[in-house]
Amino acid sequence: MNEIQYDQLKETLYSEEFENGLKVYVLPKKGFNKTYATFTTKYGSIDNHFVPLGENDQLQVPDGIAHFLEHKLFEKEDGDVFQDFSKQGASANAFTSFTRTAYLFSSTSNVKKNLRTLIDFVQEPYFTETTVEKEKGIIGQEIEMYDDNPDWRVYFGVIQNMFHHNPVKIDIAGTVPSIAKITKDLLYTCYETFYHPSNMLLFIVGNVGPHEIIKLVKENQAQKEFAPPEEIKRFFENEPVEVAKKKSVIKMTVQTPKCMVGFKEAKPDRYGEERLIQELSINLLLDYMFGQSSNYYEELYSEGLIDQTFSFDYTEEGEFGFSLIGGDTSDPDLLTERLVNIIETVKSKGIDNDSIDRLKKKKMGGFLRSMNSPEFIANQFTRYEFGEMNLFKVVEAYEKVTKDVLERTLNEHFDQKAFTSCQLRPKKG
Amino acid sequence: MTMTTTPRTTKCEGFNLHLVETEKYKTTTIAINIKRKIEPENVTKRALLAQVLKSGTKSYPSSLHIHRFLEDMYGAGFSSSVAKKGNYQIISIRMDVSNEKFLLEQEPLLKQALSFLSEVVQHPFVKDEKFDEKIVQKEKRVLKQRIQSIYDDKMRYANKRLIEEMFENDVYAHHAYGKEDEVDSITSEALFTYYKDVLANDEIDIYVVGDVNGDEVQNTVKSNFQLSERVSGQESDSIRYDVKDKENVIFEEQDVKQGKLHIGYRTSITFEDENYYAIQVFNGIFGGFSHSKLFINVREKESLAYYAVSRMESHIGAIFVMSGIEFKNYDKAVSIIREQMENMKNGSITNDELTQTKEMLRNQILESVDNPNSWIELLYHSKVSGVERSIDEWLEGISNVSLQDVIEAASTVTLDTVYFLKGEGQNDE
Repeated sequence: MNEIQYDQLKETLYSEEFENGLKVYVLPKKGFNKTYATFTTKYGSIDNHFVPLGENDQLQVPDGIAHFLEHKLFEKEDGDVFQDFSKQGASANAFTSFTRTAYLFSSTSNVKKNLRTLIDFVQEPYFTETTVEKEKGIIGQEIEMYDDNPDWRVYFGVIQNMFHHNPVKIDIAGTVPSIAKITKDLLYTCYETFYHPSNMLLFIVGNVGPHEIIKLVKENQAQKEFAPPEEIKRFFENEPVEVAKKKSVIKMTVQTPKCMVGFKEAKPDRYGEERLIQELSINLLLDYMFGQSSNYYEELYSEGLIDQTFSFDYTEEGEFGFSLIGGDTSDPDLLTERLVNIIETVKSKGIDNDSIDRLKKKKMGGFLRSMNSPEFIANQFTRYEFGEMNLFKVVEAYEKVTKDVLERTLNEHFDQKAFTSCQLRPKKG
Repeated sequence: MTMTTTPRTTKCEGFNLHLVETEKYKTTTIAINIKRKIEPENVTKRALLAQVLKSGTKSYPSSLHIHRFLEDMYGAGFSSSVAKKGNYQIISIRMDVSNEKFLLEQEPLLKQALSFLSEVVQHPFVKDEKFDEKIVQKEKRVLKQRIQSIYDDKMRYANKRLIEEMFENDVYAHHAYGKEDEVDSITSEALFTYYKDVLANDEIDIYVVGDVNGDEVQNTVKSNFQLSERVSGQESDSIRYDVKDKENVIFEEQDVKQGKLHIGYRTSITFEDENYYAIQVFNGIFGGFSHSKLFINVREKESLAYYAVSRMESHIGAIFVMSGIEFKNYDKAVSIIREQMENMKNGSITNDELTQTKEMLRNQILESVDNPNSWIELLYHSKVSGVERSIDEWLEGISNVSLQDVIEAASTVTLDTVYFLKGEGQNDE
């Protein structure tokens, strides 16, 4: 068992990697009632083209299958795992992102029992044709719920503008016609390929003893047999640097227009510290230009072009990367123009050191605040680890986010060729 | 053994101070709750006041000044919002700051935060006996956009519409943000007059949660907040609403893909009643969790919906059911929901359902004290109802609820209004 202390944060992280390749991490939190655990596979909506485990030929699977699998894993021969968790006083859930599928529970009692239930239900699939068919109605309603959600539509709209081929442009849940093609056998194929322990990470945070937790997981895994770990072959078409579409407009029954602009990252294939610094740099740059303490934010807010829904973010996940900026606005065209001008102005003026220092302080405080949240710690740690980064090294990494790095990143990432915008406008009724 | 600390409450001149000393968090959270009964003529004004207060103080006369200050404070969180709890409209001003222990430089962040918050409340940015015109104009625009955005989110919209229909003749019908068409006519002078009234008369509760020295905090708060004595504890409002003679059914059409079915029930049991625990268990069995009757029957058995839940408004005695369904499934969904309510009333409840629900409620309560904001929320519920309920009492109350108690609680529940938002030109069938 490994043990790493982070003195400044006053946290200790325990971990072990088992023979079957599974990695488990435990972060004890004194004083907390709750224990939160996530069991995550490095498998998301973009992984739709691969060589199935033990086979030779590539396979292209229907859109939305990773998310569908997430739903179906909860169902077992003798009923629904949700029921087991609630009998044990735990609330369970799961989510699917572009690159990950996570299963989780939180509970204030029966922690060991719940942990066994979590590991076992994820490692023992039970799919039948009948239950697969039944799920299509439920997921169909989930898809329609998102279709009616303007924030989701504009968010996805801008991602769709960016990409020619990368499956990140496909809605995570798929479409009603695409999920119609999902079968029990396809689910098993995806499951066998991507749910191998060597592709997964278990994180437990809460009022627990690290030794007994790790022992429990070890014993649980020792009772199960898995095929030897194999490198998963995933395929992605070559993605041009340019965006697929410069602009799109969606019409919906809304009163307030929305506008989301984005920049597509040209080299999203960094790993480790390099990616960490890239993410921190772009997020700091976004804060510098559009954060609430910037002059530009104040101007846009005063002119009524933005309100409290205005936000920005950068994600980089190996196969793709993008920054997004936007929110509700009275005038999408004018806001787009202003955002572009602000970026160009900052490029020509350069970045001032005082603001960098102030923003770094802010980020450090924000990081401490997020350490209050077991959910944040477990989910972000996993995301970082899959990208070969360490969540607990974030504060240190800021030392490398210098003025030079920021100015270089500003010019590289915020490039006109990589720019696109999506507007959502009220349908005239 | 549960991990809870009892808050220390001190009556100070003009406000109550509630202190929770705990080592759990890396930040200290402060909330100032300002409470008044909903006054139809002042609802919009109060919503606007919440926003104006966060936008400028004597020493920090603009949002820009405030946000630079917050960033220097290691990115302290700061917000001011308005919400409804029962028949009260509450302004909540919140801040959370990093605990100095985790920072390399020792700065008196908590003291600075308390002094800043006292300025927000007592010394906003004022010129010639009125709020700054520019700030007021800006915040009016933002408030209007905020009100409009409820329409854009169909789930929130359907909720708002149900409440308007259900509480037609009561102040509870008002949305906490007020009415869009009332915003423009509010002048800076009138808002300032209203503010002075609020400062002199409203009931104010200050919460501080974190790893702090209680005595020190108490002194700092007392020296910063110089408020006048006020008539304390407006009597809690136990309005019992008349049950309508017949159920109200409302259909509305919009260009949407998914129908939003929202059903409102009334109960005579509210937070301050002894059988409050029973109605909580009732709601949990009916639709609070993923093992509940609504989830199992509407979603799992019939695949009609992705979500089918019920939520309780504890102070007003209302239960709201929400589900997103296909338009054509309206009759089927309503009849299943009715059937589940009948089952609740005639006691068709399994032992598993009862124990699972009690376990889950226990888990929910214990988890909420792991998060500083939900802990404050929990404490404030007691404050608003005038019935102090410690965490331990609460847990015991839930665990003592019997099947008979649930059936009795169910007998107080009556259907009031069915609201359905559906697509344009759709038949009822």
